[in-house]
Amino acid sequence: MTEQSIDVALTVNGVPRTATVPSRRLLSDVLRHDLRLTGTHVGCEHGVCGACTVLLDGEPVRACLVLGASVDGHEITTVEGLAEPDGRLSPVQQAFRECHGLQCGFCTSGFLTTVTAYLDDTPDPTREQAREAISGNLCRCTGYQNIVASVLRAAELRRERAS
Amino acid sequence: MTTKLFGTSVPRSEDARLLVGGGRYLDDLGHDALAVAFVRSPHAHARVVDVDVTGALEVDGLVAIYTHEDLEGPLAEPLPLLIPHPSILAGRTAHALANGVVHHVGEAVVMVVARDRYVAEDVCDRIAVDYDVLPAVVGVRAAREAEHLVHPDVPGNVAAHLVQEVGDARAAIAQAPHVLELDLEVERSACMPLEGRGVYARWEADESRLRLWSSTQTATGVRAAVAAKLELPLSAVDCVAPDVGGGFGVKIMHPWPEEVLVPWAARRLGAEVKWTEDRREHFVSSAHERAQLQHVRVGFDDDGRLLGLDVRFWHDNGAYLPYGVIVPIITSTQLLGPYKPGAYRVEFDSLYTTTVIVTPYRGAGRPQGVYAMERTMDAIADHLGLDRVAVREANFISPSEMPYDQSMTFQDGRPLVYDSGDFPASMAKLKALVGWDDFEAVRAQARAEGRRVGIGVACYVEGTGVGPYEGGHVQVETSGKVVVATGLTTQGQGHETVFAQIVADELGVPFEDVTVTTGDTRRMPYSVGTFASRAAVMSGNAVGLAARNVRTKALRIAADALEADPGDLEIVDGQVRVRGNPSVGMPLSTVAVLSNPLRYAFDKASQAATQFVVGDPDKAPVDEDDEPGLEGRDFYSPAQSTYANGMHAVVVETDPDTAEIRILRYCVVHDCGNVINPMIVEGQVHGGVAQGVGGALYERMAYDSDGQLLNASFMDFLMPYATEVPDTIEIDHLETPSPLNPLGIKGAGEAGVIPGMAAFASAIEDAEGFRISSMPISPSELFELRRRFAAGEVPAVSRGVS
Repeated sequence: MTEQSIDVALTVNGVPRTATVPSRRLLSDVLRHDLRLTGTHVGCEHGVCGACTVLLDGEPVRACLVLGASVDGHEITTVEGLAEPDGRLSPVQQAFRECHGLQCGFCTSGFLTTVTAYLDDTPDPTREQAREAISGNLCRCTGYQNIVASVLRAAELRRERAS
Repeated sequence: MTTKLFGTSVPRSEDARLLVGGGRYLDDLGHDALAVAFVRSPHAHARVVDVDVTGALEVDGLVAIYTHEDLEGPLAEPLPLLIPHPSILAGRTAHALANGVVHHVGEAVVMVVARDRYVAEDVCDRIAVDYDVLPAVVGVRAAREAEHLVHPDVPGNVAAHLVQEVGDARAAIAQAPHVLELDLEVERSACMPLEGRGVYARWEADESRLRLWSSTQTATGVRAAVAAKLELPLSAVDCVAPDVGGGFGVKIMHPWPEEVLVPWAARRLGAEVKWTEDRREHFVSSAHERAQLQHVRVGFDDDGRLLGLDVRFWHDNGAYLPYGVIVPIITSTQLLGPYKPGAYRVEFDSLYTTTVIVTPYRGAGRPQGVYAMERTMDAIADHLGLDRVAVREANFISPSEMPYDQSMTFQDGRPLVYDSGDFPASMAKLKALVGWDDFEAVRAQARAEGRRVGIGVACYVEGTGVGPYEGGHVQVETSGKVVVATGLTTQGQGHETVFAQIVADELGVPFEDVTVTTGDTRRMPYSVGTFASRAAVMSGNAVGLAARNVRTKALRIAADALEADPGDLEIVDGQVRVRGNPSVGMPLSTVAVLSNPLRYAFDKASQAATQFVVGDPDKAPVDEDDEPGLEGRDFYSPAQSTYANGMHAVVVETDPDTAEIRILRYCVVHDCGNVINPMIVEGQVHGGVAQGVGGALYERMAYDSDGQLLNASFMDFLMPYATEVPDTIEIDHLETPSPLNPLGIKGAGEAGVIPGMAAFASAIEDAEGFRISSMPISPSELFELRRRFAAGEVPAVSRGVS
């Protein structure tokens, strides 16, 4: 019994990448083990916890629910690609640091990608909206209060950096 | 040193890597390692009749299949009983792979090694195991009734039985003017870190050396256990806990079967081998906690003062007892909280069931104990028509009675003696914070709007910083950078930051120059682990003592070089200088160079330490009682635990139609002694409260009577999302320093979760007007209770809804 493999060419964090992946391999495994971008973490493998969230053509998706073979020709952004071009932390990353929005850091990548995409759509969220924005991601450490604060602070930082 | 770092909210050092995807968790290591998967039992209790692998052998990428028959020497023996205790009547532990009988769904029967995890799971699917199914024993009641036995040689399913008594509780109750009895139930929950367990091993054949990484709360414990099981010298095994994605207790249990099997396979195959747990495996093959049935009998006077307390409880320890009876011991002792119980008797049975093993989950038996005591306080208040806080206050140990001896033996084998705390002051703060005295107005207002609200309160005392010891190693490198190592491990508590704060303060160096390593046996081979809110107390004090030693040595060497008295020197921002004359001095980097007499210079700075440049030709370059290098090591080993405390109040609203339970306010008063980093301590409280919410309102392990776990996924086991936790947690601190350790600190890691269940039960009862005695409670259960209350089947409480 041998597996069928498929060649994929995709852009990850702005860099063109290629990989030959078994047809059943999840995008989360392709990113982590074929491309060695281990910042994307896997918490449940059934799309509930959100730890593996990456941006597929700018939209958040659960990488554990996407097949690697299906992203041929697409653009992926992972946590490794969120920092500013000059290496500074992005507003969202900086806000999580300032607000103590992470503890063990395992779920954090999924929050960072989710919030990054959310603030692109909703640059000035209310507190209620900020909570709603992260309500599809599980965190077992922080109790979420500081993550909500991080979302609001990230929105502030985006505005500061834009001006 | 211009600013003291201790006590300030220094941003975390570890965030720099964790925010950019630079963390290294277990599955981020060893990309080319062979992968492991297990065939696990689908039955709660069964004899393994046959394992047939013929259908699996053709799978491309298969490397090896192992069953118990393949295991050798100590590895074939049962896994260790980690914490022996005289109360254990029949300690049974699992085999690394099932040896003929399985005792819970999820127990590992066959180990498969393959090219990757996908292939390993293919192989597992093609292995046919034939079972002869035996009766399941699920839940405390079935275990207690013992119609069926989990282990045939353990009568009554009783693993352990313990009685502790202070005074004659039964006589005191018999003579008391008022007596009440309560039956209280708590269901199973679990730690559920977002990262499961995982093990990665490399056998270095050329060096006959095992290198091992585990997502563990104790690297030294895993190292010792693996060395023993594989019959390797301890010195030939290194174990590292890399970044760990949460623990909450489950990862203090060791060695897991996988922790001994993976390195064994790596050595046997001469290959790198890795196992990364998936979520379903975590549900059915790691550990749970919390399930207990508790019966309280209490006698008290007209003011609600306890005269006698008699507690009998039954603890579900699951299929095996590898972690001993730590959880029920903690329940039985920490149940006392901030109170004087009068005479106290507690008796428990720890019972086998055919479900996943039980090891400590954050709080570790305290949430159940606090629930028992605080429900009792509420029942007394209700019985006497007194204010619930007033009854608690009548029973508080006063600050003038500290240290207070509860005359019992705690989980560390040491006397249960509270070192400090000001419970009346904490309660005064909580009452002010939540507006306790004004709540009747809030309730009246809500009622006028057709809404139903209730308030609850719960207090706890938590023994933290249990021994035996932790160590710290501090070294100033010739660059002036300071490297610190402690053996215990980190799962997100910010240890790299807080230990650096302590060392930077002690040594007088910039915070940025200090780097901390945890959980690496190569850097600190003596350690116990991270559990029982002990890391800050134990390793904090250990690295503080080690830094103090380094400081003393630095001042001595610098005094020699500067021809000054060490007492006249200080270290400020990494410069040793003469007090009052800062222009005279040298950087610590130079002191580090001078501390190590050299024959060979390797750069310009090190030329200063070579033999033709420094040293008294008539003296040995290194004194008899000295060592080269500007480094120091020390250990902190307290005679007993230090006792933190706190009190929570919660305001809930229950929907009159749907019985939904909404949190309106959550208030915390917390006393963990001197606080190293307030931001981090508050973060710990937040996380704990969220787990308290989960334990009170959502999380339970739904086993059916056959021992199948029906909700073994994040889809069905309901952990709180951001939408289920309080929007804000209002926190007030009291800092009553511990007199037991140099830094005056107490543990903070578990505190947030401990009183949650009790506070919610109190608040829901207050809103509904009838007794709440079983937790967690869902809207449908509350709805059913309302129906039963209306039918007169549930006792009313006199306060609350009229």
